[in-house]
Amino acid sequence: MIALGQQHLTEIRAHGERDYPYECCGLLIGRFARDGTKLVLETYPISNAREEAAKRNRFLIRPEELLRGERYAREKKLEVIGFYHSHPDHQAVPSQYDLEHAWPTYSYIIVSVSNSRAEDLWSWEMQPDRSRFNKEEIEEFVGADL
Amino acid sequence: MTIMISIPSALRQFAGGQSQIQVEARTAGEALEQLTATHIELRRHLFSDQNALRNFVNVYVNDEDIRHAAGADTQLKDGDTIMIVPSIAGGAAAEQEVVEELPMLSREEIARYSRHLIMPEVGMHGQRKLKAASVLMIGTGGLGAPTGMYLAAAGVGRLGIVDFDVVEASNLQRQIIHGTRDVGRRKTDSARDRLRDINPHIEIETHETRLTSENALRLFENYNIIVDGTDNFPTRYLVNDACVLTGKPNVYGSIFRFEGQASVFWPSAKNASGACYRCLYPEPPPPGLVPSCAEGGVLGVLPGIVGAIQANETIKIILGAEDILVNRLLLFDAWQMKFRELKLRKDPRCPVCGENPTIKELIDYEEFCGLRAEPQARESRLEEITATELKRRIDRGDDIQIIDVREPHEYEIARIPGTKLIPLSQIVNRLNEIDPSRETICHCKGGVRSAKAIDALNRAGFPGRLINLKGGITAWSNDVDPTVPTY
Repeated sequence: MIALGQQHLTEIRAHGERDYPYECCGLLIGRFARDGTKLVLETYPISNAREEAAKRNRFLIRPEELLRGERYAREKKLEVIGFYHSHPDHQAVPSQYDLEHAWPTYSYIIVSVSNSRAEDLWSWEMQPDRSRFNKEEIEEFVGADL
Repeated sequence: MTIMISIPSALRQFAGGQSQIQVEARTAGEALEQLTATHIELRRHLFSDQNALRNFVNVYVNDEDIRHAAGADTQLKDGDTIMIVPSIAGGAAAEQEVVEELPMLSREEIARYSRHLIMPEVGMHGQRKLKAASVLMIGTGGLGAPTGMYLAAAGVGRLGIVDFDVVEASNLQRQIIHGTRDVGRRKTDSARDRLRDINPHIEIETHETRLTSENALRLFENYNIIVDGTDNFPTRYLVNDACVLTGKPNVYGSIFRFEGQASVFWPSAKNASGACYRCLYPEPPPPGLVPSCAEGGVLGVLPGIVGAIQANETIKIILGAEDILVNRLLLFDAWQMKFRELKLRKDPRCPVCGENPTIKELIDYEEFCGLRAEPQARESRLEEITATELKRRIDRGDDIQIIDVREPHEYEIARIPGTKLIPLSQIVNRLNEIDPSRETICHCKGGVRSAKAIDALNRAGFPGRLINLKGGITAWSNDVDPTVPTY
């Protein structure tokens, strides 16, 4: 299960709409709770200025960018707990390609954006045997409840 | 050398919860081997089934990517640190979403498809995609025969076949899905039996009907991919338009004599805006200009080659392969044994797949191809005789001459006794060899070319009376003299 604040969901959706028809992406920063729940405390948008290259190799976040994000998280005593990206004009479902390029434990949030409007938003977690993604329950909290 | 490896948070559960692990190694490759030897569960997340470092997994030695150094052979010093960092993939699926609900393979299926399964490009996952896929084949003739057989053998889960014809002896030279004992049977029945024999694990759906503007959209809706194995222009345009309107890929092939073409027409393809058949050929040729295989002949192997290419591309579409024949027209010449390739471009003004389409529903394709009005006009001028009537007149001793306008090699296969051979292409030049004072019967194989010959003679001012043998030598063989072979 992953818990996000209302404002984080709003930010992810807004990022997807802003970058439409291109894909947007970013990091989910927060902490792993003892019961395995992931708690998002911050979204970390990643600029996607290299659209042409990204289209070819389909990697949205390069390792250097992830390292930078991890360093930022560490300074705040937090961790990168997952990623989000948008599927312009496409379902919020991971592809076979996504499956071959993922790790378990992380949350992969996908928001589908059609005609500049964010629609479905789902979170996915890879099964440890790498055979499939499972839909992950999203719990929405209001900022002050922490 | 003592090396410290940082374990990324996502993988710690596979490393006993540790965030750092110490190993002894001289190279980066050795360090990873050490790590995954003690923590076996980690291995599958770092290495592919082929034992290569997964392409999204990046390994840093003291902040330097080993891909920029010596890769796995990158040398290590005492006290170096290794970090493992993923790249994050994105992008909507190029292929259909297949994460959930792909059918499983039985033991028998795994044994049957083993040559597919051991190739990473197909593998278990690809084979399950094939099983989940459905393909509709238009026609089970020269092209449909090899396409259907290979798709069935490959394990495409549901195959639909549309045909309304009956197997004839002249089909067997190339339509290898049908056998000698099938002559006279419906092609759909014969094809179904053959496909079922090749692979009992797949579903076969027969549609014993002519494809029409009324039924095409409904039929296409139920399948992922359409394979065009038709032999005439109205159906080819119909298949194209119905594919564009339903968003299905149209795997196209055509054949004539020694030459074949293949392409994939797919305007709604992901990552590419593909041309459709109308972008390539906006207008059909004038009726009669391009002869059919029945008139012009076809090398029996040719549809085997072109149909196999169609099957190949169909399978690649299902597997989500990248280099399919979208925007590429493959030309093949079997006599010269040459392949050529033309680049196709989507026409923004295309009436069906362009920016402002004018064709939004299926039209009358016979009319579009000019095949409706013309025969009536011709009939009104053309005098005809049936084979039995001709026989009666010959037996009666009427003073008639018979001109055979076919080609010499056809004349060698079969002829009507007492005829004179003047091929259609020479008819006007050799007009003086025909006696205008006698009644003249013209014939060919089926009656089309002889009607053209009469038209040409009339226009050239031939003064005599010209009569067309209805149904040509084929009718003669069927109705008068069965010892004359049909071909």
